[in-house]
Amino acid sequence: MATAKSDLPQGTLDLLILKVIALGPLHGYAIAQRLQQISRDVVQVPQGSLYPALHRLENRGYLAADWSETATGREAKFYRLTRKGRAQLETEAASWERLTGAVGLILKMSGGEAK
Amino acid sequence: MNRWGRLWHRAQIEEQLEKEVRFHMEQRAADLIAGGLDPTQARRQARLDLGGAEQVKERCRDARGTRWLEDLWQDVNYTLRTLRKNLGFSVVALVTLGLGTGATTAMFTVIDGVLLKPLAYPDPEKLVTIHTQTQQEGDNWGFSYPDFRDCSRETRSLKAVGGWTYGGGTLSAPGPSEYLEARQISAELFAVLGVRLAAGRAFLSEEDRPGAAPVAIISYGLWQRRYGGAAAAVGMPLQFDGKSYTVVGVAPAGFELEGEADVFTPLGQNSEVRMRNRGARFIHIVARLREGATPAAARADMEVIGRRLARQYPKSNEGLGMTAQPLRQEMVEDVRSTLWLLLGAVTLVLLIACVNVASLLLSRAVSREREFAMRVALGASRSRLIRQCLVESGVLSFCGGAFGVVLAAVGVHPFVAFWPDSLPRAGEVHLDWRVLVFAAAVSISCGILFGLAPALRTPEASLEQPLRSGGRTVARESHRWHTGFVVCEIGLAVVLLVSAGMLGKTLLRLSSLDPGVNVHGVVTARVAFSPAALTSPERIRAAWQDFLDQTRRVPGVEAVALADIIPMREGENELPYWATPTPPPLNEAPLALASSATPDYLKVMGIPLIAGRFFDERDRLGSAPVIVIDERMARDAFGRANAVGRRISIPAMAPAPILVVGVVGHVRHWGLAADDQSRVRDQCYYPLAQVPDGLVRFFSSVMSVAIRTDIAPLTTVQELQQELWRSTGDATLYEIRTMGQLVSASLDRHRFLLTLLGIFAGLALVLACVGIYGVLAYLTGQRVPEIGVRMALGATPGSVIQLVLRQSLEMVLGGVIAGSLAALAAAQVLEHSVDGMRRPDPATFVLMISILVAAALFASFLPARRASRIDPVAALRQE
Repeated sequence: MATAKSDLPQGTLDLLILKVIALGPLHGYAIAQRLQQISRDVVQVPQGSLYPALHRLENRGYLAADWSETATGREAKFYRLTRKGRAQLETEAASWERLTGAVGLILKMSGGEAK
Repeated sequence: MNRWGRLWHRAQIEEQLEKEVRFHMEQRAADLIAGGLDPTQARRQARLDLGGAEQVKERCRDARGTRWLEDLWQDVNYTLRTLRKNLGFSVVALVTLGLGTGATTAMFTVIDGVLLKPLAYPDPEKLVTIHTQTQQEGDNWGFSYPDFRDCSRETRSLKAVGGWTYGGGTLSAPGPSEYLEARQISAELFAVLGVRLAAGRAFLSEEDRPGAAPVAIISYGLWQRRYGGAAAAVGMPLQFDGKSYTVVGVAPAGFELEGEADVFTPLGQNSEVRMRNRGARFIHIVARLREGATPAAARADMEVIGRRLARQYPKSNEGLGMTAQPLRQEMVEDVRSTLWLLLGAVTLVLLIACVNVASLLLSRAVSREREFAMRVALGASRSRLIRQCLVESGVLSFCGGAFGVVLAAVGVHPFVAFWPDSLPRAGEVHLDWRVLVFAAAVSISCGILFGLAPALRTPEASLEQPLRSGGRTVARESHRWHTGFVVCEIGLAVVLLVSAGMLGKTLLRLSSLDPGVNVHGVVTARVAFSPAALTSPERIRAAWQDFLDQTRRVPGVEAVALADIIPMREGENELPYWATPTPPPLNEAPLALASSATPDYLKVMGIPLIAGRFFDERDRLGSAPVIVIDERMARDAFGRANAVGRRISIPAMAPAPILVVGVVGHVRHWGLAADDQSRVRDQCYYPLAQVPDGLVRFFSSVMSVAIRTDIAPLTTVQELQQELWRSTGDATLYEIRTMGQLVSASLDRHRFLLTLLGIFAGLALVLACVGIYGVLAYLTGQRVPEIGVRMALGATPGSVIQLVLRQSLEMVLGGVIAGSLAALAAAQVLEHSVDGMRRPDPATFVLMISILVAAALFASFLPARRASRIDPVAALRQE
């Protein structure tokens, strides 16, 4: 637990949620766990922020939700990506890559000057 | 699910949210247990990881975006609950608002139907009227028949021109004899208006000519009454005014031409002399604009034609202008100012009602200061509190508005029926969507108006102060608002009271005026002679004489006279005259109101004879024409009261100057109120016996009888009517009025206005008093500790009363000053829109303002006395 964990940059939670759900319908708890696993526990997903984000995305029409049974036979709310959500995911992913690319370039350059 | 759907399925959504969060925590706990934690610890850890189930749920609700709707729903529910709990407050507020919006909505309903709605004809904005105007007679005069024909031939802006004039006569078959209102109309009239007949057809242009076969169109009412609404009525005969007509059409139900009429005959078949006289302007005109033409174009067009006719016929048309204006404007000209005046007055009442409710709400808001502070402390934002205040006032104004609409729906028709004479377009006054939109707009603006003050003073960040002070020292700022409210209320009430006072004073003054006739025991009626008697001039004169003789024999009749014009009733004959040797230019000659009468007229009416004599039996056809003038005309024409023996030229009556044989008193012919402002005030009388043969048929059709009796006048008339039916069969008396009724009717408009303004002013007075009472009760309630200290230090109850009354007097005086200034402005409006109104006099101001101040002090006395009975010990213990 003591190893360094990063907080999520502003606005990236939505992108991550969309990406995770793009693989298939998931319920809230599964999304939290999946995020944790994929990021190899580097990224701290505040569980308290997950649900408001899900509801916000649902409200904007990026996600749709159904109640169905889990593998253990319990009823849970499964979120899946809508067509609109998929488009949004692509735009956001593209813009994220542009941004990180640019930030990376700048970091490399400033590192070179420091030498 | 959209937003609204979510709002309605709130319970379900809440349940699902709960389920979702619980599922998460249970899964987490299960995972932790599987990882080796004991169950209690696992559940705790799960809660900690999530960060509090309720907080998450709250953030989810925010994220859904229907938050404001849910809050609104909550606020409305909360408001309804509080309103139910404070029943007294709610009832007062709702009744006040309901009365205010109800009265305003009812007035607007009338204004909308009468002034604003387009006329109920196809393409109504294309309808215009055209008038003639002269310098001496003013605007809005009719056309002569030849001018009408020339105009309709020469116009380039008008598609079709229709003319009409009044008529009337006795219907003798089918069914019993009855006098009927009629209109003589040109063939184009129905087409111009775009009115489709209920049955049959309109007149053909070849029927609109002298000598054509007599045809008639009957009203829908007459069709039902006399022909049972049978389609076969078209083509049946109709005995009317001594002639046999063939019915060719039936006008649609409700069709009116300046009032209802039952028979329509072709104007062009009228063979009277005046139809060929370019100087006789008795034709009313309605026209339809050509495609693309505007009323302005029609006006220019008419001006050109008028100038051309004036050049071609200088004798009759010199100085005669012609103009056009939209028909709707002309129909309602008479009532426009009264209606707007009344709307202004009810708006003032509405404003007072709003201010009242505002001060009630503010008082409540101030006492809820602690509640609000507590809510801010618990995390409510200021905008949330402002919104709640606005929701409260919105709910109040909505309910008040709904109540008002109900009141208006119930009240508007009695109001229209109560209108003196008859309201033009009364049939078009309905509560419709336009009225509902208006009422909604009024309610919303009221809600904002009275909700704003409490909303704006909701606490900001400095919340510890109200909490600490226990809500007692916060009155400072609200004091200013409350003073403002009282000043507004008093000011508005002053305007209404002074207006009502001025009107009352005017009415008193007008009704004490001498009408110029002795009204007691005088009854008048129009006479429709038996058509069979109206065949030749000699027979007509004999019928007049028979009628007089017959009337004299009726028991109770002291004197009887025939006259063509009766004072204060519709009907007039204005003739240019001059007393100088050389005639002035025709359009500059003064006008005199000329009436022809039989010798006993003066005796019947009780008009004083000032000099010379009135006519007698010697003044007859063939003897030298004579005239009697009133004192005013004597002064205007000769500069002194005695003009007996002088001569006056009245070309319309006789070619040579006419001998003045007597001077009589002035009669207020235009009504008690209007006579002083009328254009034509000179009056003259000429003997009915000297009317030339060519005109006797026409005079018969406008003849009235005036009877002086020493028993109940109306019984006399009834007996006379019975007698007429026995002897002639179908001679009829109609429009039977005593002179007293006519005099009193001439002030109907004033009385009506005074009644309404009086009601409004009384309402304003009561509302203002209730307002002052409420504000003072509240303000003194806030000052209880202060007053306790004063009393503990030796203030007497009397001085406490003084203290409170002084506070109230300051507010009232502020209102009186503001109100007086506004009342001066209102007085200007009244002066322009009400006949006989004078500049406001200080006495009225002082009287009305004293009433108001007295009432206000009375209203403040109750809280003052309560304050004086405060127990200082108890008051100080409160601190």
